Amino acid sequence: MQRLIDRMKELLADGTVQRVLGWKQGDLGYNPEPHYFNSAEELDEFIYDGFCGANLSKYMIKGSELEGKTLVLLKPCDTYSFNQLIKEHRVDREKAYIIGVGCKGKLDIEKIKAQGIKGITAVKGAEISGDCDELTVETVYGEKKVAYKDAMLERCHVCKGKEHKIYDELLLDSVDTCDGDRFECVDELDSLTPEEKFNFFRKELSKCIRCNACRNVCPACSCRKCVFDSNKFDSAQKANVDPFEESMFHIIRAFHVAGRCTDCGECSRVCPQGIPLHLFNRKFIKDINEFYGEFIAGEDAETKGPLTDFTLDDIEPGERR
Amino acid sequence: MKKFLKSDLNALLDIISEKERIYLPVSEAGQTNYAIYNENSKVDLDTLKTVKSAKEVFFPQSETLYTAFMDGKKIRIAQEELEKEEFVLFGVKACDVRGIEVLDKVFLSEPVDSFYKARRDHGVIVALACGEPEESCFCKAFGIDCAEPEGDVALYDCGDYYFWDVKTEKGTALTEKCASVLSDAEEAPVKEKQEEIRKIVSLLPYMNISLDSWKGATTDEKFNSDVWEELYKPCLACGTCTFVCPTCQCYDIKDYKTKNGVQRYRCWDSCMYSDFTMMAHGNNRTSQLQRFRQRFMHKLVYFPANNDGMFSCVGCGRCVDKCPAAANIIKVIKAFEKEGNR
Repeated sequence: MQRLIDRMKELLADGTVQRVLGWKQGDLGYNPEPHYFNSAEELDEFIYDGFCGANLSKYMIKGSELEGKTLVLLKPCDTYSFNQLIKEHRVDREKAYIIGVGCKGKLDIEKIKAQGIKGITAVKGAEISGDCDELTVETVYGEKKVAYKDAMLERCHVCKGKEHKIYDELLLDSVDTCDGDRFECVDELDSLTPEEKFNFFRKELSKCIRCNACRNVCPACSCRKCVFDSNKFDSAQKANVDPFEESMFHIIRAFHVAGRCTDCGECSRVCPQGIPLHLFNRKFIKDINEFYGEFIAGEDAETKGPLTDFTLDDIEPGERR
Repeated sequence: MKKFLKSDLNALLDIISEKERIYLPVSEAGQTNYAIYNENSKVDLDTLKTVKSAKEVFFPQSETLYTAFMDGKKIRIAQEELEKEEFVLFGVKACDVRGIEVLDKVFLSEPVDSFYKARRDHGVIVALACGEPEESCFCKAFGIDCAEPEGDVALYDCGDYYFWDVKTEKGTALTEKCASVLSDAEEAPVKEKQEEIRKIVSLLPYMNISLDSWKGATTDEKFNSDVWEELYKPCLACGTCTFVCPTCQCYDIKDYKTKNGVQRYRCWDSCMYSDFTMMAHGNNRTSQLQRFRQRFMHKLVYFPANNDGMFSCVGCGRCVDKCPAAANIIKVIKAFEKEGNR
């Protein structure tokens, strides 16, 4: 990490960038926050470790409005979101200096807590320089060990790969963390009867508190004014009027990001009620792949997505491929 | 002091639920929240914090106030009925009990909120001392003792038993109803348990955070600080902190168009949302910095100024656990402490 800090200081000192968009150390060992660092001194509080799961690409919408260039740290999966935001003219490539940082899989504190670990005062073994095999969790109830893999975010088990899709330079090594098929969960859902499927989603979505965290964190949800925030429509709600509407918010959102969602997994990471929101997006991605041929949103910043590009070969309603 | 065997928990709940609704922590699709007890409920008293606090039992996220509909050529208005049945809120932690006291200040002072008052009058609170408090907890900073919760009855998890300490008249009435399951008990195990809990509390990182600079703080000194500019930046403007909070009490009133009329309902609002306090003349907070600042100024300055110094934060730490950007009230308090020492 020192190498990264030194390089960021260099770029600040020579005037290449005006600020750094990265992560600031938290106070519990697992809660760093996205932060703009304006000087070399401020970087003393910089951290990049296993808990830096937050995708910073969306913060660059605001970053693009700032004076001069912003150095932004992007993990391999974050670069897909950044490309997609360029494609949608929401970020300014010229305003960003991208350091593609390596990734050894990001951690989910909820998964650690789910193993009955509480009263956490420090977590060791999450350092990016380490081998990321095992975490030592210090708690007021004693020291606990957790395998790194068992504490990883779901999305890291189905990682799209170590390659950064857009960057100015690369630093730090990545590890291949993929040990699953990301569409397996869709196949499982597809094998259910309509009634079972309905019950599954009913149960999950009933937990929704309409905090909008999934929408606000989503790089594909970058409308200046969301229809769900507009007072001009009956859709403007802060609460779910009935169970039907509970589902509608998520289904409408899933449709809106279809073909643009890069499957970055932030929606599921931030949901306070642990709703597996990525399942909607995966279903759409899988269907799009089957109907239009394999497509990965954000792989580059130019290619038109299958849902925004009409061709005479497009699949017809009801047709299967 | 009374006690009952843990294995008799369901028997106890069944006795109460014969006549009254019970709201208690129930695990559903992997998360624990308050829900109405029935024989299929997966009761979960071991999870320290429900995702949403207990406030929704008295102040639901969304509730209809009245319905207006066309009856021929006349408009008829039907007010929603007030709560008139007794119910029990079971397994509430000390912080959430204080949260209800905070809400009382708002809804039970003039003009009294009749919907809220009816629920408060009919609800009996059975609190539960915290078994294993966690690192995000800081109730002690607000003078709350999680080893001795307020409420009508306080429960203590001691080995094979739950100990049952009656605190009020409402609690005595409930105790009489549950007499067949309860037996007399000595106080020693409870004292021992309390010492154990307080020892853990002394080890937790946030418990001794100082609020000194906020006591009697004037609006100007905090409001105009440069610190907000740095603090708000990670904020995603979602409403998670406000919706999991036991004391956030802002609500919006909206109309839902029905087939031949209007259903007027109120729902929790969030100062994080862009149309918060939107009025006919427009919006008096136009930036996220202003909205973010409002939340903490309300809890630590405005509310205590109007309520004899009572802060409207109870240190439950839900915002610490749930904020997607790890921005929370602890970071605000610490940032001001650092600023003050500069």
